[in-house]
Amino acid sequence: MTSLLETEDETMLRDAARGFLADAAPVANLRANRDQGRPFDTGLWREMAQMGWAGVLVPEAQGGADMGHRAAGILAEEMGRTLAASPFISSAVMAATTLRAAASQQAEQALTAITEGRLIYAVALDEGRKHAPLNTALVAQKAGNGFRLTGTKAFVADGGSAQRVLVLARTAGSAGEAAGLTLFDIPADRAGLHKMARATVDSRDHAQMVFDGVEATGDEVLGTLDDGWALLARGVQAGQAAVAAELLGVAGGAYGMTVGYLKERKQFDRTIGSFQALQHRAAHLWAEIEVTASAIANAGRVLDATPTQAGLAVSLAKARAAQTVDLAVREGVQMHGGIGMTDAYDIGFYMKRARVGSEWLGDYGYHAAQVAAARGF
Amino acid sequence: MPETAALDAFRTEIAVWILSACPAPLLGRPMGEDRIVWGGRKWQFQDDDQKTWMQAAIARGMTAPRWPVEYGGAGLSRAEEKIYREELERLQAPPPLESFGLWMLGPALLEFGTHAQKLAHLLPVTRGEIRWCQGYSEPGAGSDLANVQTRAEDMGDHWLVNGQKIWTSYADRADWIFALVRTDRDAPKHKGISFMLIDMNSPGVTTRPIQLISGKSPFCETFFDNVKVPKSYGEDNPSVVGQVNRGWDIAKYLLTHEREMIGGGARGLLGGRSLGQVLGDLDGAMDDPVTRAEAMRIEVNALAFAMTMERYKDQAEAGRGVGNASAMLKYYGTELNKERYELLMSAAGSEAVEWDGPHGSLAPEWLRTKANSIEGGTSEVMLDIIAKRVLELPNS
Repeated sequence: MTSLLETEDETMLRDAARGFLADAAPVANLRANRDQGRPFDTGLWREMAQMGWAGVLVPEAQGGADMGHRAAGILAEEMGRTLAASPFISSAVMAATTLRAAASQQAEQALTAITEGRLIYAVALDEGRKHAPLNTALVAQKAGNGFRLTGTKAFVADGGSAQRVLVLARTAGSAGEAAGLTLFDIPADRAGLHKMARATVDSRDHAQMVFDGVEATGDEVLGTLDDGWALLARGVQAGQAAVAAELLGVAGGAYGMTVGYLKERKQFDRTIGSFQALQHRAAHLWAEIEVTASAIANAGRVLDATPTQAGLAVSLAKARAAQTVDLAVREGVQMHGGIGMTDAYDIGFYMKRARVGSEWLGDYGYHAAQVAAARGF
Repeated sequence: MPETAALDAFRTEIAVWILSACPAPLLGRPMGEDRIVWGGRKWQFQDDDQKTWMQAAIARGMTAPRWPVEYGGAGLSRAEEKIYREELERLQAPPPLESFGLWMLGPALLEFGTHAQKLAHLLPVTRGEIRWCQGYSEPGAGSDLANVQTRAEDMGDHWLVNGQKIWTSYADRADWIFALVRTDRDAPKHKGISFMLIDMNSPGVTTRPIQLISGKSPFCETFFDNVKVPKSYGEDNPSVVGQVNRGWDIAKYLLTHEREMIGGGARGLLGGRSLGQVLGDLDGAMDDPVTRAEAMRIEVNALAFAMTMERYKDQAEAGRGVGNASAMLKYYGTELNKERYELLMSAAGSEAVEWDGPHGSLAPEWLRTKANSIEGGTSEVMLDIIAKRVLELPNS
């Protein structure tokens, strides 16, 4: 197995990303976006694209930087640290990985557009309150030379901003089966596709999508009819690893704020960070973050080396990230005391994003069960 | 890549060697504490197979794979050693020799010792001839280790040692002890300690085993009563390692090493099987949703922790050291190991509480894990170290 230590290139990428985001996307940006009702800052996303981030997983032939999943994880983690909002994971990770695996000429054109930041994709996958891709019930019925899609997708990240949607639909089989699922790549403004924005606690773009007899042509099938999950699963797995990395960054950001606060806040004529009860809790949190960082690095490495055998590594990363970020934000709010409860203070933003990210693409329970299955129980 | 090809070739070579050198009856059995070969003058092998395996390993330097060849090692790289350990585990072959000499004294001498000290002390360790124990803690120096009071007076050609050590692992079976002794009583407590090598056969050294809650006695009290320790065991081979009164530096270095090791020992590899698989052998245990959820949680944490150990070993190998993170590894690994044993005990139910029941030594092992988060620095001391040195939180 390759080392989990960062290479020099990776450290340079991290440092560059951290420096850029500290200036261009501090938490104050998220607050401004929220107050002005913007899911994200389009100018910021353009800048990210210019730095090659939108094409981090796109082959050089399509204009991408092709830096791999470990690099994508480093970017996602740094974005998590300042809660920088962007369609990075939906478009540049999930859609890009899926389109790349599809390897069609059409997909290659889309990859170029993603890389240049001209085109934003959303992935319409889950239909219920929990991540359960195989339970897809949205139907795509044969209609003439094409299909007609009917059903509802819940909790589509970046669904309000996306110009195109990858939508998983059932063309055969029944709920719970992977066979019979087909993936469509359609424009988000197609007639009959209704997007209902959902005001989520993290102030980001999430939409419910109602497909009311939406027409799709045969050319808009991505991959093979009835076998779309095999293709999308690659993108979903990459997305899970990236969300896990983002959550590690969220945990790190909350931890940093909290330890900073412990060093400056005075009560009983002492800095509260001198109290052993708080020191031990902060030290424990640091330990959890360190251990989770290994699982995140490992997921990136495995996705880069053996992408078809990455299930265990990815689920381990997402399970750990969900647990760790939960601890980080709960401890963060508690140790900030009263001020942690105020909207004026940033720590609450971390708690809100943590909750949404933990849920997105599978929570702790889902991924822990995947780990158990991969480990033979 | 040629490097990978070379390592693949090494893996094949070492597996072939293990299978040819390690007698078949030793293979394919889970490793238990009762199967460890410790070596030393008082050592008795359980059978000839153990001896054959150890001798074969000595001949190839494989009792100390990473040590230089001139000191009895095999001079392997970190990657090669890792492959060797993986192959041992895969084939369920026991390590040919384990000892505090290999784990603790070796790293200290390799870092701080003279060439003559290394030759004199390390070769017998790699050959399983001399067994060492560690004399650190005292009744008044537990978490506050630098408070050691065992005294070594300078008598010209020798040191006169008086005092008491406690928690000296297997002192009653050891041949030599490396001990922290106070050589300057007037200096601040960290500045008057020396790291001394003492022959347990010296007149005035006595040991007394301490029976633990597990029923076993891996630890002893060790008493020094006017023990004469020569200043020198030969040319350029003093009994004190490093400089007199600078032993705390070595102690800290070794504690870092020990913590990493105790944490790593608690990785819970269970012979390559997952905790859930082991529990699955117990009829119906995994049908209990609480057991299942707990097994998943521990498995997730154990896998991520094992990766963290590897990451820090790679970091040490890259010359960047592990430093205060060893406190985290020790804390995390030992707490995890205690959780694992609590679950194993709970799953095995009433069978688990028998001293010698269907699960063999599970009960004593469970009780033994309680010491993991105490020995080598308590979990609370580890959290203190992290809080002060890593998080840089202010002193209380």
